[in-house]
Amino acid sequence: MNIEKLRSEHKVLNKYRYDLGVIDKGYNNRTLYINVGNNDIMEKSVTQFMKDKFIGGKGFGLYYLWNAVTPLTKWNDPENEIIISSGPIGGITQYPGSGKSLVVSLSPLTNIPIDSNVGGYFGPYLKFAGFDAIELQGKADKDVIIIIDGNKGTISIEEAPNEAIDSHILGEQLTEMYAENEEEKRNIAVVSSGTAAQHTSIGLLNFTFYDVRRKNIRLKQAGRGGIGTVFRDKHIKALVLKYVGVKGDLNHPGDQNKVNKTGIKMHKEIHDLDKLQNGMNQIGTANIIEVMDQYDLLPTHNYKFGSHKDTYKIASNVFKAKVTQNTPDGCWYGCSLGCAKGVDDFVLTTGPYKGNKVIVDGPEYENAAGLGANCGIFDADAILELNFYCDTYAIDTISFGTLTAFVMECYENGILNKDRTGGLELTFGNKDAVFELIHQMSRGEGFGKIAGMGVHKMKKYFAKEYGGDPDFLFDIGMEQKGLEFSEYMPKESLAQQGGFGLTNKGPQHDEAWLIFMDMVNNQIPSFEDKAEALHYYPMFRTWFGLNGLCKLPWNDIVPANNGCTDEPAKVPEHVQNYVDIFNAVTGKNIDKKELLIQSERVYNFQRIFNIRMGYGRRKNDKIPYRAMGPVTVEEYESRVERYDNQLKELLNFDVEGKSVDEKIKVTRKYREEQYEKLIDAVYKRRGWTMDGIPKIEKLQEIGMDLPELLEVIKEYQ
Amino acid sequence: MIRLNNRNCEWNEGLTVTELLKIKKYTFSQIIVSVNGKFIHNYEYPYTTILDGDDVKVIHLMAGG
Repeated sequence: MNIEKLRSEHKVLNKYRYDLGVIDKGYNNRTLYINVGNNDIMEKSVTQFMKDKFIGGKGFGLYYLWNAVTPLTKWNDPENEIIISSGPIGGITQYPGSGKSLVVSLSPLTNIPIDSNVGGYFGPYLKFAGFDAIELQGKADKDVIIIIDGNKGTISIEEAPNEAIDSHILGEQLTEMYAENEEEKRNIAVVSSGTAAQHTSIGLLNFTFYDVRRKNIRLKQAGRGGIGTVFRDKHIKALVLKYVGVKGDLNHPGDQNKVNKTGIKMHKEIHDLDKLQNGMNQIGTANIIEVMDQYDLLPTHNYKFGSHKDTYKIASNVFKAKVTQNTPDGCWYGCSLGCAKGVDDFVLTTGPYKGNKVIVDGPEYENAAGLGANCGIFDADAILELNFYCDTYAIDTISFGTLTAFVMECYENGILNKDRTGGLELTFGNKDAVFELIHQMSRGEGFGKIAGMGVHKMKKYFAKEYGGDPDFLFDIGMEQKGLEFSEYMPKESLAQQGGFGLTNKGPQHDEAWLIFMDMVNNQIPSFEDKAEALHYYPMFRTWFGLNGLCKLPWNDIVPANNGCTDEPAKVPEHVQNYVDIFNAVTGKNIDKKELLIQSERVYNFQRIFNIRMGYGRRKNDKIPYRAMGPVTVEEYESRVERYDNQLKELLNFDVEGKSVDEKIKVTRKYREEQYEKLIDAVYKRRGWTMDGIPKIEKLQEIGMDLPELLEVIKEYQ
Repeated sequence: MIRLNNRNCEWNEGLTVTELLKIKKYTFSQIIVSVNGKFIHNYEYPYTTILDGDDVKVIHLMAGG
């Protein structure tokens, strides 16, 4: 690639100089606003109000987005924004998992705010460059890149007509372009999207970090919700940030010593125990593939089943043998959990890059489950190739896996056929058809365009165009609020049904993952127990996204004595670590209780934002029946003993002589009623009305009774 | 009959913790086992016999997603 030629074809639209600042206890107290429609670049102050109520990260993102849009704004209107922000702890190098950013925008899938977390270097570098967040608004006429030099204090918006769009090439091009030499490549961070993001609603953003051992960029994803689609709709090709001089104290914490000590303790724990626990350093999140299968929780054939006889072909040991070991695979400095594994020299067999040797970043558990078992593809190399193309074409592996599984079940049921799919025989397990589907999404043609609308729109389309039964399509289409479900089977866990259905953004498991606690351990048997868990865990987990932190070091590694604590699922020692680090960085003095209140403020704000956008009510928390129980005879019969026993024990229902259809009907009525009772209990615990509206007294309790929020909710009290 | 994680569970004479884990297909390694409130170390699993009516907890420390 001729980098100089690519650069020479840039046209500078605006250039801006700013004074470099110094971070004070985790904050620059300044953010950056860029409008790619009129090329405005400006600095904004971070107020004490913002820090008190929103902390940073997702909090800042939601705050800025609220102020940018109106209730009528759609995702592809110019006033929609993409906001990227780390958080006050983000960028420290002493504690594992401290390099995350949160990206916020109105989602093309849901039309409500989506928040997506991502590793890579851009978030911390943005902070070191002088900004606690970046807002991107407007729409450019032609593809632009934005270049920030965090040492010189310059920002430029440049038309960039000829660089690639797919991330594995574009990331390399821009890293090469803006690094003075090989040594400097580690100082470049790129945010980019890809060709499929332009033609689907499931586009993602890739955030690079330069892998000095591999001498190649690596990609981390802000995967969920279609933010990459918004990015490309704005004709932004990439953001480039250059920062030289990463050090361990750039956040200027109030108590560096405390940050150091807490980090050292955690590194020792990881060093001693990771190999005995989850082996994150060796295989990352893929360590649970076979475990989920063994507990009948691996989503298989569009969430119909929870296990498959061929799972051994895609178990963690298979991928462990493929990923390169003994490399420091952390996605930010100082992460000793190092779970960003990669497969090197993988030869692609399909598509425009066929024959190329590439690095595949992954697989994460979600990829193996979604691209693999859920689509009936028990082929490790096929999963890796789909993983690669999802990343470089910039589409969410979770949404792609779940929507493809839905399409396959529609094909199985005759709602789709070769005529309707343009010749793609999209049956469970047909990896060749799935490869062609993803390449069509990249090219923006054929059935790829239809599938790329996502499950929510496909349900309506298939009912209207192909006469599909809308009730059946609703039951089997695993989406809620417009976002595809992530790759866990919630059918036998009422708590996890709530963990998916009662989220703000849609069924992503980052708020609560309660399957084992509920289904296996039976630790939350009553509605009140489940409601307590569905209050605590979403509030606790929200906190990571306010501060620039990764969730994995919280509970994918635990202290040796964690099992002896009162509430081992909460990992109390690690919660205290986070309190200590927050106080050490910011100079504040919060405790575990205040930590939760910080999250509650932002969580309730996001709920009210949804209400403001016309959603956010009880009816929007409904979930498809496939998430709750067996839709089809085949599903019921695959677990007949379990379901029959439940009918007998829980409902005193005599199953003798009853047809499967009758038993499905009784089971369904029971489970749907259970979900409604769960909603009642959760809303009560959260301080919301029975329609899911935060009560005014709740907002007063947490100090979020802001006039603009009261304005939205007062008519619903 | 025993109680396993607060649910009724079939029991047979001579049932050990190891056998119970096998029957229930509890293959996940990060578990905490207790019988009648007494913590059982993993090296004791093969030798710990569960009696009729015992209250057994097998708590999985599964972090999940």
